Amino acid sequence: MHRFANPGRFLRLANTLLPWCAGLAAVSIALGLYLALFVAPPDYQQGESVRIMYVHVPAAWMALFVYTAVAAASAVALIWRHPLADLVAKASSPVGASFTFLALVTGSLWGKPMWGTWWVWDARLTSMLVLFFLYLGHMAIMNAFEDPARGFRAAAVLALVGFVNVPIIHFSVEWWSTLHQPSSVLRLGGPAIHASMLWPLLVMMLGFKLYYVSLLLVRVKAELLAARLRARAYAALDAS
Amino acid sequence: MEQVRSFLAMGGYGAFVWPAFGVTALVMGWLLATSLRRLRGLERALAEHGLIPPGGGGARRGGTQGGGAKEAAS
Repeated sequence: MHRFANPGRFLRLANTLLPWCAGLAAVSIALGLYLALFVAPPDYQQGESVRIMYVHVPAAWMALFVYTAVAAASAVALIWRHPLADLVAKASSPVGASFTFLALVTGSLWGKPMWGTWWVWDARLTSMLVLFFLYLGHMAIMNAFEDPARGFRAAAVLALVGFVNVPIIHFSVEWWSTLHQPSSVLRLGGPAIHASMLWPLLVMMLGFKLYYVSLLLVRVKAELLAARLRARAYAALDAS
Repeated sequence: MEQVRSFLAMGGYGAFVWPAFGVTALVMGWLLATSLRRLRGLERALAEHGLIPPGGGGARRGGTQGGGAKEAAS
């Protein structure tokens, strides 16, 4: 992994991977949407409203996945001082915040017809809202210092401390009594969801993950180019 | 026509299902568009300074980017 911490190598790798990731993301999401809207059956209890699951669950998984990536990148940045790790955390945070926002909004749109309410202050929903605020805090603190290095360090510490929320979110449906249903895919004893619904969900999940990877490559690349432009501006300032 | 109408109605849940898919498409599309626009803008600015060849390709001069990234973190 160390080899890819070199920005030049990263840019070359990103340029090679990007078309593949973006193409596969587009194909998976298109296929996932087709399966979710036309092929997957309605639920015997929830009827057609269950189709919200095909955007809600991948968004919620990605919210947690991206936060884990931010925390891992932060740990690498703090321990090994890899500048690229800071940029990965910086580039990921708004993406994770967007996925969390989507999980909350689509969950709300699913909750209204199924639970009869847009929102309840139960463990799962509240811990997801906390995750959203963690992302916002991470983005805010990163830009709060005049010296970018201090911003990166403060944000990395926040990301690592906030990581405690990830297992809380995952196990919230088991530890506390909540309106939210327990996990039906990632559980001991195998998925409790029929294959006709599981496959569209997994395809959408793959599409969302590849979308994140593509977006990450674009955003980290932009951060590296922005840094070059800044370096150039400083050099010009020094020369004058 | 009837088939399309019943598909859009989503068994009476259309008012919840479509906004859920719509907001997802909007947010993911917006994020992609703003990220790509920023990258294109930076590539243009760097090309104007002669730091990368026109049309992007920041990686083609790969090994020289190290300084920039270290600057970002320092």
